[in-house]
Amino acid sequence: MSTQYQRGLAFTEEEIFGRGSPGRSGVDFSDGGFEDIADPAKMLPAGYVRGGLEGFPELSEPEVVRHYTRLSQWNFGIDSNMYPLGSCTMKHNPRVNEAVCRLNGFTDLHPYQPDEDCQGTLKLIHDLGRWLCEITGLHSATLQPAAGAHGEFAGLLMVRSALQKRGDARSKVLLPDSSHGTNPASAALCGYGSVTLKSGANGKIDLAELDRLMDEQVAALMVTNPNTLGIFESDIVKIAKIVHDRGGFLYCDGANLSALMGKGRFGDMGVDVAHLNLHKTFSTPHGGGGPGAGPVCVTEELTPFLPTPMVVKDGDKYKLDSGRPHSVGRVHGFNGNVGVLVRAAAYILSMGPEGLREATEAAVLNANYIKARLKEHYHTPIEGNSLHECVLNDKYQNEHDVTTMDIAKGLIDRGFHPPTIYFPLIVRGALMIEPTETEPKETLDDFCDAMIDIAEKAKADPESLKQAPVNTIRRRLDEAHAARNPELRCTLCS
Amino acid sequence: MNFPEKLLYTKDHEWTLIEGDIAVVGITDFAQSELGDIVFVETPEVGTKLNVGDSFGVVESVKTVSDLYSPLTGEVVEVNEALVDAPETVNTSPYADGWIVKIKMSDTSETESLMNVADYKSLVKK
Repeated sequence: MSTQYQRGLAFTEEEIFGRGSPGRSGVDFSDGGFEDIADPAKMLPAGYVRGGLEGFPELSEPEVVRHYTRLSQWNFGIDSNMYPLGSCTMKHNPRVNEAVCRLNGFTDLHPYQPDEDCQGTLKLIHDLGRWLCEITGLHSATLQPAAGAHGEFAGLLMVRSALQKRGDARSKVLLPDSSHGTNPASAALCGYGSVTLKSGANGKIDLAELDRLMDEQVAALMVTNPNTLGIFESDIVKIAKIVHDRGGFLYCDGANLSALMGKGRFGDMGVDVAHLNLHKTFSTPHGGGGPGAGPVCVTEELTPFLPTPMVVKDGDKYKLDSGRPHSVGRVHGFNGNVGVLVRAAAYILSMGPEGLREATEAAVLNANYIKARLKEHYHTPIEGNSLHECVLNDKYQNEHDVTTMDIAKGLIDRGFHPPTIYFPLIVRGALMIEPTETEPKETLDDFCDAMIDIAEKAKADPESLKQAPVNTIRRRLDEAHAARNPELRCTLCS
Repeated sequence: MNFPEKLLYTKDHEWTLIEGDIAVVGITDFAQSELGDIVFVETPEVGTKLNVGDSFGVVESVKTVSDLYSPLTGEVVEVNEALVDAPETVNTSPYADGWIVKIKMSDTSETESLMNVADYKSLVKK
């Protein structure tokens, strides 16, 4: 087993506030030629000029560079090691995508330039929408939403508009108890109440329960397929029929598309509307909560309600079409986070249809390999094979008073980012592991060895796990204390 | 784990103490232990009207966020303001200082559908 993670120099680093000295600066503006910048009152209307700023740190350029470089060394990203965060699909971000999205033809455009100056970008948006529809088996797409939850919101707005046009306004949305937390939040933002659908014993949707709750006030059922247990909802066609027969729409949360891409299509399953996460399935960076993209694909029936403007092809030319009377309107400025869209298009083109299928196969194989290697050591609450992620829990370790939290902290000491923990909520002490297709077998084995080592330590030396992490620059953080008594250290804010 | 005899319980792991037509509501010792360290409690406005099963607030712990569901129909007459600054009281004293709301019941016969301590204990054992 690799022990490299146990060595390395990590610098301690204090806050930047209160450091440096007055007048110190990275750039010398005193030499003339910068009078306008030096005196903002000459450039800006009086109402926008701040009188003074107490406590702002004044430092040299190398001090600032070192500060942020040192802090970045405390970070753990997919570029450091495997990051098996279930349902988040932390796959490698191919560097070719970064090169492509930095091409001048994309970066030097201004969004107010006329359509004829932006044909390349418009074509990319148009074509990416077509490819996503081909992958999902749906009719048309909007690429505006900036994240998965934003896509959910846009998708439910379209459902609401379609129902209103039918004269059939409804009041609630059905949600399985294994659903992502964003689903009920999106329903609430669209003015819907949410009703929880209790899963069956096998972790799948219980058809009898769906039949009981699916009434004429239900606007949509929001499913995730495969669900958050990594299990394919094999009754999805029957589920769609129950929902459609009673006038509802079937929404699919595409967070887990990495298990189906190139293999199964939402449209063929009876799904009416689905959002995809380009930062999951299509390899764009998660980017610290920064720009993402959550495109929404819909059936022909819902197409009139897509956000505007839509990129449409008119002969050989591409143009933005805002003349769509039933549209829910804009959901993002301009055309969404275009840089992310370029990366996803580059990914799809570089993989090709066969490559995307192979990615899905490898993602599923990797998750099942981990499950097979760990099932003797960890309880697997759901029997049988998984798709792209597997859920274990801490039942065996509880006998030694070791919990999922201790296992997660123990993994940090062994150089891995912990999986998603305590989710899905229907599994007590859940550890939800999604390796993705981009990890080679050697890394999967290192991860499994680390997990097995933790299981052994739980029996032989549980206290060592209670102490974890010990190899990090900070030991186990007191999350409860931090949440109850936040201590803001920025002197500019206090 | 402590389950007082004098309380009534719900399948959502809340307890109710009936005092005339007032129902005091909180979460059980089992619930607080499953949630772990509670860091935030969101309570409703006094005067909020609730039906059985309505979500009336939220308990947030370092692990998860859970809705609170009204066990009875009625109107919120008092909320435990002390939880704003000391949410950990729900952990340390779930049945006394950690109470969450008081509801003036509009139909006291609804208490018959709540669980007694024996039924709740067998639910928790599952």
